[in-house]
Amino acid sequence: MNWTSILIATVSASIGPLAVANILAAQGLNIHYGYAGLFNFGQAGFMAVGAYGVAITCASSEAGGYGAPLWAGVCVAILAAVVLALLMGLPALRLRGDYLAIVTIATSEIIRLMLRSEAISDFAGGNSGVNGFANDFFAASWFTNGKRFEWGPFSYLGKDLWVMLIGWIVVAVFALVTFFLMRSPWGRVLRSVRENEDAARSLGKNAQAFKLQALVLGGVMGAGGGIMLALFQNLAVPDDYVTRTTFIAYAAVILGGAARVGGPVIGGVIWYTAFQFMLSLTDEAKRNDLLPESLAPNAALLPFVFLGIALMCLVIFRPQGIFGDRKEVELDAR
Amino acid sequence: MLASSASPVGATGPAGLIGIEGRVGVSKPDPIVVADGIVRRFGGVTAVSVDHLEFQRGAITALIGPNGAGKTTFFNLLSCFDQPQEGSWSFNGTPLRGVAPHKVARMGLIRTFQLTKVLSKMTVLENMRLGATGQRGERFFAGFARSLWSRQEQEITGRADELLERFKMHHMREQFAGQMSGGQRKLLEMARALMTSPELVMLDEPMAGVNPALKQSLLGHVKSLRDEGRTVIFVEHDMDMVFDISDWVVVMAEGRVIAEGTPEQIGQNQAVIDAYLGTNHDKELDGDMGNTTPGGPSDE
Ligand SMILES: Nc1ncnc2c1ncn2[C@@H]1O[C@H](COP(=O)(O)OP(=O)(O)OP(=O)(O)O)[C@@H](O)[C@H]1O
Ligand SMILES: [Mg+2]
Repeated sequence: MNWTSILIATVSASIGPLAVANILAAQGLNIHYGYAGLFNFGQAGFMAVGAYGVAITCASSEAGGYGAPLWAGVCVAILAAVVLALLMGLPALRLRGDYLAIVTIATSEIIRLMLRSEAISDFAGGNSGVNGFANDFFAASWFTNGKRFEWGPFSYLGKDLWVMLIGWIVVAVFALVTFFLMRSPWGRVLRSVRENEDAARSLGKNAQAFKLQALVLGGVMGAGGGIMLALFQNLAVPDDYVTRTTFIAYAAVILGGAARVGGPVIGGVIWYTAFQFMLSLTDEAKRNDLLPESLAPNAALLPFVFLGIALMCLVIFRPQGIFGDRKEVELDAR
Repeated sequence: MLASSASPVGATGPAGLIGIEGRVGVSKPDPIVVADGIVRRFGGVTAVSVDHLEFQRGAITALIGPNGAGKTTFFNLLSCFDQPQEGSWSFNGTPLRGVAPHKVARMGLIRTFQLTKVLSKMTVLENMRLGATGQRGERFFAGFARSLWSRQEQEITGRADELLERFKMHHMREQFAGQMSGGQRKLLEMARALMTSPELVMLDEPMAGVNPALKQSLLGHVKSLRDEGRTVIFVEHDMDMVFDISDWVVVMAEGRVIAEGTPEQIGQNQAVIDAYLGTNHDKELDGDMGNTTPGGPSDE
């Protein structure tokens, strides 16, 4: 077993581009689920809309795009997320919370399946998606894209470093937005709506409007995650936006602690650390024939099994996550 | 007080109720809420069926009646938290049918709930601050700019502290509301409602679960609301409170208003005694009513 390579892979992944994209989407979910109490199980849909918004706007016309500059693509992506949030929210927020979960998970799957469909493949590229739209983005890089930058045993490609730099800046911006909004009277109303809509209404607060604003804000953050992921890969493919993507973002929120600004950030880093560790470990084990015969063909799934069990234990023994306040979690609405 | 025997048209407050006939549906000189033909059915049950009812502005009106009489449902309807099958009602002359509950609250009609709805995961102080209306910082983009709302926040906090002091809850200001007892939650909900500076306060059983010593001071608070020119309508099963502080009493049974009048009139009303107060109560009540000073020390 080569423990050094396992460790290096693990540490590199913990703050890598995939973790960043996940953290951005998770901060959006933190607004939805943590602060507003909205069960959005379709964050992957917002990510997809963000990714394809940039991809289609910026890809060259031969690739079925519009060849617009990056800033225009980002604007289109954000606008698309806002429209999606309104489309889902206006009908579904009037219903009870669990209906929103159904509507959102269904919507995100509809989006993914539509993007895959042959009918619009001139436009969205079907199964293989859209690629080659991030050239502007990498042209602006401060690092030589193809060069490997090394710090002791750790190294990143220049293009990955550029994605990470921009990505972590956006993570910081989203965290600051969340922080400032949630300590404002706006955030106070939002938390009151999460706990008891009728109480908020009886004090003259338009609960509906606050939920809708939260859905839009968190959705735009989700689109931010999708944009980062697509730019990093220089590719937008439908199957990056399966429901599992949403659940991994949820895992980050719950690990770190819901309704805490730093929760999704730390949670996302921990998730990717643990995931990469398990992945490298099973890889190494397989290579050294240490896995039992019955497990070997499914080795790639083992990390999910272990992390699933770990997540269950966390929810049972530390329901508040890492940053949460246990007392607060256990206060029930009598 | 303007104690003229024939109350002048337009007389507001308790003065306007003097000499008014205790008859169901009687019109008041200065009504703040008028309800007409309201019917609310749940399946086969008619929970509320009120033909005509007016509430006098600036007065304290008690709404009493046995369990299941429809008092809470009537409150829900008036505050637009529930919609009736039939009927219309107005607040300050504005028809309220179909208006969203938060808009009703912004008009100055604030209600509390029989089953308290304090926000357990927020502190007592945050609960109070939430009550203030017209907060600039509650707009999305203004939320970012602290300078836009910090002054107002200070004012609001000052007002919250005053009210908490008045309700003897100041020492709990930093606690989570979820850590409070049932009676304390009642108090918090009432104090929070007052943060909105309402014109009309509707209290659903404000005294339920509040200890006797505190009850006395609460009674004082409710009276002071009237002195500030606010209107109070409350539901209560505690007859001491009803006869002590109310200017007018409305009695409901099985969804209908069966009587209304001054506390004295209601105490002697045979229909009320039969339907609600019961035969055990009437001796006690006769004694109470004998000394003509509702508000005298109760013997509890
Ligand atoms: N949501 C509902 N669904 C069905 N029936 C209801 C509903 N709410 C109230 N009712 C019925 O309406 C009637 C009036 O109930 P309401 O709660 O208004 O009584 P109340 O006068 O407030 O009683 P209490 O003094 O016990 O609080 C009862 O018969 C009740 O069963
Ligand atoms: Mg009731």
